[in-house]
Order: sequence, then structure tokens, then C-alpha cells
Amino acid sequence: MESYKYNTQRQVITLIILVIAGVFVVRLFYLQVINQSYKLSSQNNVLRFVTQYPARGTIFDRNGELLVYNEAAYDLLVIPRQAKIEDTLAFCRLLKIDLEDFRHRLRAARKYSMYRPTVFLEQISKEDYGYIIEKLYHYPGFFFQARTLRKYPRPIAAHVLGDVGEVNAAEMERDPVYKMGDYIGKSGLEKFYEKALRGRKGMKIMMVDVHNREKGSFQNGVFDTLPVTGKNIYLGMDARLQEYGEKLMVNKTGSIVAIDPATGEILALVSSPNYDPNLLVGRARGKNFNELLQNEKKPLINRAIGGTYPPGSTFKMFNALIALQTGSITEETRFTCQGKNSSPIRCTHSHVTPLAVHAAIENSCNPFFWNTFRSILSNPSLHGQKKAFDLWYHKMLDFGLGQRFKTDIPFEVSGNIPSGNYFDKVYNGRWNAMTIRSLSIGQGEILVTPLQLANLAALVGNEGYYYPPHLARRLGDEGDTLPAHFTQRRETGIEARYFRLVKSAMLDVFEGGSGTARRYKVKDFQAAGKTGTAENPHGKDHSLFMAFAPYDKPTIAIAVVVENAGFGATWAAPIASLMMELYITGEIKRPELEKFLLETSPSP
Amino acid sequence: MIKSERNSIWRHLEVSVVLLYFALMLIGWMNIYSAVFDEEHQSVFDLSQRYGKQLLWIGMSLVLGLFVLLTDSRFFESFAMAIYVLTIAMLVAVLLIGATVSGSKSWFQVGGIGGQPAEFAKYSAGLALAFFLSRLDTNIGQLRTKVISFGIILLPAFLILLQHDTGSALVFSSFILVLYREGMSGLPLVLAFVAVLLFVLTLYFGPTYVILGVAILLTVFMFFRKRNLKNITRLIGVLAIASVFVLSVDFVFDNILEAHQQSRINVLLGLDDDLRGAGYNVHQSKIAIGSGGFFGKGFLQGTQTKFNFVPEQSTDFIFCTIGEEWGFVGTTVVIGLYVLLFMRLIRMAERQRTTFARVYGYSVVSVLFFHFAINIAMTIGLAPVIGIPLPFISYGGSSLWAFTIMLFTFLKLDANRLNTL
Repeated sequence: MESYKYNTQRQVITLIILVIAGVFVVRLFYLQVINQSYKLSSQNNVLRFVTQYPARGTIFDRNGELLVYNEAAYDLLVIPRQAKIEDTLAFCRLLKIDLEDFRHRLRAARKYSMYRPTVFLEQISKEDYGYIIEKLYHYPGFFFQARTLRKYPRPIAAHVLGDVGEVNAAEMERDPVYKMGDYIGKSGLEKFYEKALRGRKGMKIMMVDVHNREKGSFQNGVFDTLPVTGKNIYLGMDARLQEYGEKLMVNKTGSIVAIDPATGEILALVSSPNYDPNLLVGRARGKNFNELLQNEKKPLINRAIGGTYPPGSTFKMFNALIALQTGSITEETRFTCQGKNSSPIRCTHSHVTPLAVHAAIENSCNPFFWNTFRSILSNPSLHGQKKAFDLWYHKMLDFGLGQRFKTDIPFEVSGNIPSGNYFDKVYNGRWNAMTIRSLSIGQGEILVTPLQLANLAALVGNEGYYYPPHLARRLGDEGDTLPAHFTQRRETGIEARYFRLVKSAMLDVFEGGSGTARRYKVKDFQAAGKTGTAENPHGKDHSLFMAFAPYDKPTIAIAVVVENAGFGATWAAPIASLMMELYITGEIKRPELEKFLLETSPSP
Repeated sequence: MIKSERNSIWRHLEVSVVLLYFALMLIGWMNIYSAVFDEEHQSVFDLSQRYGKQLLWIGMSLVLGLFVLLTDSRFFESFAMAIYVLTIAMLVAVLLIGATVSGSKSWFQVGGIGGQPAEFAKYSAGLALAFFLSRLDTNIGQLRTKVISFGIILLPAFLILLQHDTGSALVFSSFILVLYREGMSGLPLVLAFVAVLLFVLTLYFGPTYVILGVAILLTVFMFFRKRNLKNITRLIGVLAIASVFVLSVDFVFDNILEAHQQSRINVLLGLDDDLRGAGYNVHQSKIAIGSGGFFGKGFLQGTQTKFNFVPEQSTDFIFCTIGEEWGFVGTTVVIGLYVLLFMRLIRMAERQRTTFARVYGYSVVSVLFFHFAINIAMTIGLAPVIGIPLPFISYGGSSLWAFTIMLFTFLKLDANRLNTL
């Protein structure tokens, strides 16, 4: 009885196993033998995965003018495992490549993958494409894929726009979206906004027969995905102003940065020497890039965000602002100046003495600012030199100095504002106002970028605040949000009345009888500015100028740096003046000044 | 004495099972090679490639197998509970300090070598169950025995469920077959079948129609029965339980199952045709298998299974490669080999003289069979996607080792059966 019962259970379990195995065999017979819809091939059909590349987003200036667009080109792809070439020479003639090149390319493709489609010859023009495709049926395993190339209607703003190139191994590793032969932003806006610009790739699955003919889409395209076009980017840049700035800087080394003070949008960002962005497109990119890299003038460097200079006299006003805010001096505080005999810093200008802050800015009096700086450090209400200097340091950071704005093009540098700790280390803890007196006139350890200098002009124009300078004003047509910090207003913590005092002094730089930029005054509006000369241990001094206009409600703040050009008033001030004139009035009414600047360059 | 036992190992070893074991591992390795094959890495021993690693796992499995065969057969019975307790401790530990691999917190990572205690829990549960049921004071007819048996099975299953490894936890349901063999009524099997049926029907038609259907069926059934009070009460009881179950289906489906589990079930039932999302694997898998035809495309000739077209190609979906490259012939041969293995193991289990060895033998059959059934059903679209490997064939170290230890322990017990009274 017992053993009979066990037998039943053994039989039931055996039956369950057999029934399930039987169901599997029947199901497999149906799938593999009867059902033909899963079958791909009596003719050895293969599937070809054709990536549908999205059009990369285009870039517009603030007036809707196109700065970057796409043009069609074709890549010839190969699946090495399927490739069959009977007449190699004919194939080389068709593609206009030599045998050596052909072997090299095929080897590279094989090395990458035998199964994945790999770019064999890239960026074939529309004309060649039409010719080649008629003969392509002789060569199984080869096929075309539509791509796009970047085009620049105006050859401007290469540093800002950046360029696009093929992904390298490290980039593919970081983001598996990229496959060999894909393009990626390498510099400038193309790099920073890569994710928005690139869009999303689609995939079309085609059935291909043994004669390399596409037989239509696989399963009526249920597995296909459509590409999603990249987002357009709308810049705050004014293309006309940018182009004009680049023209003015030809044959000069330096930068121009113009900002809209109300928003922080960058209107122009010129770095000279520069290059035509069309050079870094297509098959010639590698060759041209190397030439630019080896050029001794270093055109690839973006000096506007990557170059650092001692700010010179343009820095004096900011020492004055801190002194006023902390009560270290007042509007009426006067210091005497002994001109060339002043100690410890000489004065290079002649003017009335003693003088107060307004006149001191207008005349750029060194002794006044030395005394001002000393007043801050010895101000009893600031609790000693160390605390006073810390306060000075943090105020400088509040002005946007000594740190990056995290703007939207890569390779921005932070410049330098020395801290108390730094001096403790250098001077072994024994230093005072005298030791670091160069800071009072913007020399010594202080370094600023042209972008920071332009931002200083903007925050004076705004009387105490700024928005971090940035290029993009809108992403995509639905207006995706920009990085949040671009629209966060930054306060300097200094009262507007002190800024108004500084502003009025800067106005007299243009309007006053002895103002250093009085010769470059524009009739149609009032501008305020400040010249600077940055000492350069390696050669002739750099010429600096910062300004904003119109005086009452500024719409443009600008900084100009011309390297090895001597006094700020000679080169930087007229360039800034013309830029402001063009931006505000829309035309240039001083052709002789323009002609002079276009045709001459500072003698080194 | 020891010498004679050593000799008996080789004399009484069930060679047919060992051959089947080798055949399945070889098939597995060839298909892993094909699934990840590319012409750049042709060396079979390339440890950067999965086939190279699998070769290493196979070698280590053989060492483990040999080790098990040389162990004193009394060890397994004596230490069954110790092994079980140790495994439970590891399952708890992995929850606390384990690494998360593809959504499951089930891996131990020690010095670059990972291991999944869940794989070994099946083995330990089999040993523990065998040990418990072989005690003289147990009787499957008693409630106490049933409760403890279920406890032994459900404790590791529950801990594995906490690791979000639903597939491995479900494997423990296969022990019902063992309990059935040991004399438990077949009712749980039938009930489980009815429950699955009701679950599926409810998802299709909604609770109202299903309850209505059950009521009508029961009413019809009443016509063939004595209509006395006892029978009517029973019937109403059954209807009530069925209704509660059916009404809870929506709740379970919406609140207890996770989103990916819901969509896998929906895809299987054809309620959702998401070919790019959850349905992708299964659809691609069916295309790959279907495109193999009667004779297949030949070794290394698969086109569907190249460049990660079918995900999890060498692990859970290895059956696709077999289907594509070896066709209906290949798939039938593989199924046939498994059926042979199961039949052999059942025969061996029945010839054991001790309850311990018999129960353990059935545990091995049940676990292997469950893996086989669910894995293949998943790849051919008959079961929802539950990620469990195909025994001896799928890529992976810890699953292969666990299956090897499990199988060889039984081979050892079997070879030693004549020495026990």
C-alpha cells in the first residue's frame, strides 16, 4: 500500500516534468519551424542598424541672427564582417583615396569591431555622395549615413562658439551614448551645452539582402526610434558688436568684454588673435587645429576669460569703496600728494593737492590710494590689521574677483586676490600695509581677467550689484532653464551712495577737463570710465580700460585690454569708446578714429 | 575502512549523471563563447572575456565537485543544520553589509570576488529539509511537521525576498514537490495552480466576472452533489475564499508588486505591447529563437544575438543563442538532456535507503527543474521575465558552483547508499 502510494507520487512528478518539457518542445516547434514571421532569412538577410543622427541645435545672437547652423554631409560606414571588395583599386578610385589609406582605414574599422557599423570615410560632400551611391551595390557591407557639419555664416566668435569634433576614447568611456565616429562639443558653448545641443539619436532597423540592397524596414519599423533634434541656443551676444570688436583688435593682442549690466548677458567677448571658426570643421579640422596649436601667437587661447592681468589704476576705485563703506575715509577726507617726490609710492600725474576721493579717481593719484589703503588696515573699528585685511579680502570676492563666475564657456580662470594667510606664509607672519602697498594701486599679487574687469564696470554702473556674466539667454524654444546662478543677483554689500560718488568721478574721466579719456568722449550719450596701466615685467605695459554707458541707466559695461600697448588711455580707451558708440547709437560717427585704430597697431 | 569507502566512490558513482553534467556545461560554455564572441579576442583563455572566465568557473566547479565526492558522506547529514544556520546568517549579513548589483542587494564582495549566498541557500534548505524529515519523530501527516517544514523553506525565501531578488525567492516554492513526494496531500499543488489561474483571469477580465464565473461553476457543481446543509456551507465557504482572493488581486498587483514586475506580467498576458520597454527582452528573445529555424544558423553565425541585441545574452537569456545557432534540433536536444537528467535523478532518489538521501535527492530535482522550467518558459514567452539562470549552462560563477555542490552531494550520497543500513 505504502509503496504503491509512493509510486503514484513519483509518477505525478515525472508527468509534470514531461508535460512541461512537451509544452516547450511544441512551443519551440511553433516558434522555430512553423511560424515564419520570426524568420529573417532564406536568403541570409541581415539587419542593419542605421543610426538616425539628430540635427545639432543651432545658435542665434540676441537679435535672432544665425551664428551657427548645420550643413548636410555623408559618412561612409562599413561593417567589416560583411565587407566584400573584389576590386580594391576601383574602390579606391571611387572614393578618391590611395591604397595605403584604404588599408589603414579598413584595419582601424576592424580593430574597433567586426560587427558594429564603423565610419570608414567621413564627411563626404553631397556631390561625391550622389556619384558614389550609384556604384555602392558592388561593395556589400558599405553604406551611407547622413551627418551634419557646422557652418558659420560670419567668421566670428570662434572662442565663444567653440568647435565640434569626433569623440575620443575617454569621452566614450564617460558617456556610453557616444559611439565611435560621433561628434561632441570640444570647446566653448559647443562643449558647455553639449547635452542640450546634441539632441537624441534615433535608430532605424533595415533589412538588407546579399546584394547590399535595403529591403525596407524591419517589422514595419516597430523597433525604430526617431531622432530628437538638439535644442537651439539663443545668446545675449550682439553679432554686429562682436564682429566690430574683432575688427578693432586685428593686429593687436588682447581682449574686449562687453556685458549688459541689467542681466549679466555678455554682448561681446573678443580675444585676439583669433581664427575663423570654419577652419575647425570637417576633415581639415585635425590639420588646422594643429597649425593653430603651434602658432606662436597662441590664437586658441581665450584671453578674455583665461588671461590674467594686474588691474592697475582701474582697481583704485574698489579700494576707495571699501574705505568709504568701513568709514576708514569719508567723501571729504583729503590726502596730500608730493607728486614725483611722494613716498612710498610716486604720483605720475600733476594735480591740485591735497585732494579728496573724487579728484583722486579722476586724476588717478597714487599717494591718495596708498593712504586710503593704509587707513583701512589701521582702522580701529575693524579690530586690527589682520581682521581688516580679511574684510578687504572678502569684499574683493564680493566684487567677483579671485574666483570664477562659472560662466557658460569652459577654461575660465579665477584670477588672484591674495589672502592674509598667503602673506603670513610669504612674510612669516610679519607684514603690514607698507609690505603689501602695491595692492593699493592694483599691482602686486592681484590678477584679474578681462571678464572680471568688465563685471567691475557693470557693478559700478548698477551701483552695487551684478549678475554673473553669461552668454546664453535662452535654451531651446520652450525656454529651458539656464543654470540657476546666472539669474541670481549678487550684492556687493556697499551702499549705493558710495557707488554714486565713484560713478561721478568716472564720469569726469570722459567729461572732466583733465579726464584721462576726455579725447574719446561720445557726443550722443554720457559715458563713465577708468583707465589703467598694468605693469608688465616681461615687456611694455598692458593698456587697460573699463567703462559703462549711458551714465544714468547703463546698457553696456565694457573692459578692454591691449597687451604691450602702454598707457590705458592710448589704445584701450578709444576701442571701448567706439564699441559703446556702435552698441548704443548703432553707427560710428568718428571715422577718422576708427580708421586710425584699424590701421595702426601698438609698437612693441 | 576508509580505503574501501574511497574505492566505492568510483565504483558506485552514477556515471550517466556526471556525463550529462559535463554535456550541459560544455553546451553552456560554447554558447557563452558565441554570445560574447568577437574576432578581436580569440583566445579561449582570455580572462577579460566571459567565456574565459566561465572556463575558470568550470575548472573551479570540478575541483569543488571532487572535493564533495571525497568528503565523508556522513558529513552532510551531521552538518545539515549547521550549514543551514550558517547560510541564514549569511543571508542576514548580506542584507546588512552586501553590495547592490543590478537592483538586488545580494552580493558579498570580498577582495574583488563576489558571491551570492542566495545561490547556496537552495542547497542548505534541501539539506535541512532532508535532515528534518528523516528524523524518527516527524510525520508529514502531522500539522507540526508541516509547519516546521514550511518554516525551513520559507525563512531563506523571505530573507532573499528582502534582497529584492524575487526570482531566487520563488525557487523555494519548488520544495512543494518534495513535500508532495513525502506524503503531503497534492492539494497545495492544485491550489497553487488554481490561484495562478484566478490571478491571471482576474487581470484579464476584472474581479466581477471572475467571481461570477466561480459562483456559476460551483452552482453547476452542486447539481451533482447532495444538497445538504454541510455541502452548501462548504461551497459558500469556498466561494467566499475565492472572492476574497480575487478581490485582493488588484491590490496585490498595484501595491505589492513593483512596477517592473507589473509590466512584465502585463507583457506576458498581452495586455501591454510595450516592445521597446518591458517587452523588448522577450520579443527580441523570441525573434532570436524563431530565426534559428529547424537546423539553426550554425556556431558563431547568429546575427540576432550579436552586439547585445538581446540583453543578458550570456546569463539568463543564454537559451536564445542556443535557439538561434542550433535551431529546433539544438533546443530539443537541450530539453531532452535535462529531461534525461531529471528522470535519472528521480530514479536515483527512489532507490535511496535513507529518508535523508531520498528527500535530498528530490530537493535537487525540484530546484533544478524549477530553474529549467521558468528560465526556458521566460525566453519563449510563456512566463514573465524572472531572472534566474539555466542550470549548468548560464554564465556565472556562484550559480554554477552552487548547482555543482548540490548535484555532487547527491551523487556522493547515492554512491554511498549501499554502506548505509
